[in-house]
Amino acid sequence: MTAIIEARGLSKRYGARPALTDCTLHIPPGHVVGLVGPNGAGKSTLLKLACGLLAPTSGSITVLGGRPGADPAQIAKVAFVAQDAPVYSGLSVADHLRLGAHLNPRWDRAFAEARVRSLGLDPKQKAGKLSGGQRAQLALTLAAGKRPDLLLLDEPVASLDPLARRDFLRHLMETVAEEGTSVVLSSHLISDLERVCDYLIVLAASRVRLVGEVEELTAAHHRIIASRRGADTLPSGLEVVAAEHSERQSTFVVRGVPEAADDWAVEPVGMEDLVLTYMEAGSAAGAGAGAGAGAETGLEATR
Amino acid sequence: MIDFHLDPHSGVAPYLQIVQQVRRALLLGLLAEGDRLPTVKQVVAKIAINPNTVLKAYRDLERQGLVAPRPGLGTFVTKTLAAGPPAEQEPLRRELHAWLERARDAGLTPAGVEALFHTAFRDFTEEADEATKAEEEP
Repeated sequence: MTAIIEARGLSKRYGARPALTDCTLHIPPGHVVGLVGPNGAGKSTLLKLACGLLAPTSGSITVLGGRPGADPAQIAKVAFVAQDAPVYSGLSVADHLRLGAHLNPRWDRAFAEARVRSLGLDPKQKAGKLSGGQRAQLALTLAAGKRPDLLLLDEPVASLDPLARRDFLRHLMETVAEEGTSVVLSSHLISDLERVCDYLIVLAASRVRLVGEVEELTAAHHRIIASRRGADTLPSGLEVVAAEHSERQSTFVVRGVPEAADDWAVEPVGMEDLVLTYMEAGSAAGAGAGAGAGAETGLEATR
Repeated sequence: MIDFHLDPHSGVAPYLQIVQQVRRALLLGLLAEGDRLPTVKQVVAKIAINPNTVLKAYRDLERQGLVAPRPGLGTFVTKTLAAGPPAEQEPLRRELHAWLERARDAGLTPAGVEALFHTAFRDFTEEADEATKAEEEP
């Protein structure tokens, strides 16, 4: 099956500043992909490259087998909701649906109208008068009504209260269950991503630090708690992602499956811990790179 | 029809939480043979989780022989997990109570009691599983 996003050495620079560096991805279809990373890590850049609003500086990206934004057929397959769910404040809810119908060849009018009704939105209401949650829901309705194969969402729930957030995610998951739509969703709210995502991309300092199916990633990582020791004393075959030392104790997050031993404890690492560990390690490596240290070593810097 | 919920801080994988909730509903008699489980769409629209998580839970329940899908109709309970009539539970509950008193008198904290119970329970079910497997081998 065609990958939803296939990137090879994908890079984007704004002047001298790298926004995305040497990004290589192969994301199989049918996933809800969580895209996480600190501000400025390259999340929005990657999403805009995927929908064709930006062109790469170097490297290549194909989305659902085609070049992003290349032709109307490609545009019809991909929906993108930018940060803060922009809508036209001067247009009514009904105007938005008419706009959707005129701009999208695969527009599902029955779905969009039913969704607006179930949300309790007044079709005559100007979008500018809607609450943040309602605006986000309207933007999602337009994106889902387009009946895309891939839905790209840039921090869609960031400005919403917890109830509106849950509502948004419920409707999003309903669309995924009904239509089999693939989704890439950026967010800082890891607990939300933990519920809805089965695939993960961690970006930090413009590079991909971790990518894969959530279940495989969490199964592949472990935390070792041991008496104080150097990372070099650990058995070979374990890749040390992060190490922390206190006076008596050392804690390692490793990739690999450590054997049980009498003098250490092995614990599973949850998705949130995993994300934070890679974000931290990646940001530290990025900062080192900025100071002229080896950017290519990436996580090596933390070993 | 039963409702699911998700505790993000339980440390239990989301699909396993659904499996456990179905098993519990079966034990409590909230679900019986022939009942239909909520559809994947109903579950995700209610608790906002990934549809694949629900599918995985249902497949796991199917492997355990508790439910079976009927194409086009949904997933149905095929087995009742009765915990035994209340009259038989009562003496067991009393023994457990007495055991808990002994544990407290021995100085175990509630967390210690829980840890001990879980370890013993896990060992017991693992032994039972192995015994079943041994029987199945020709």
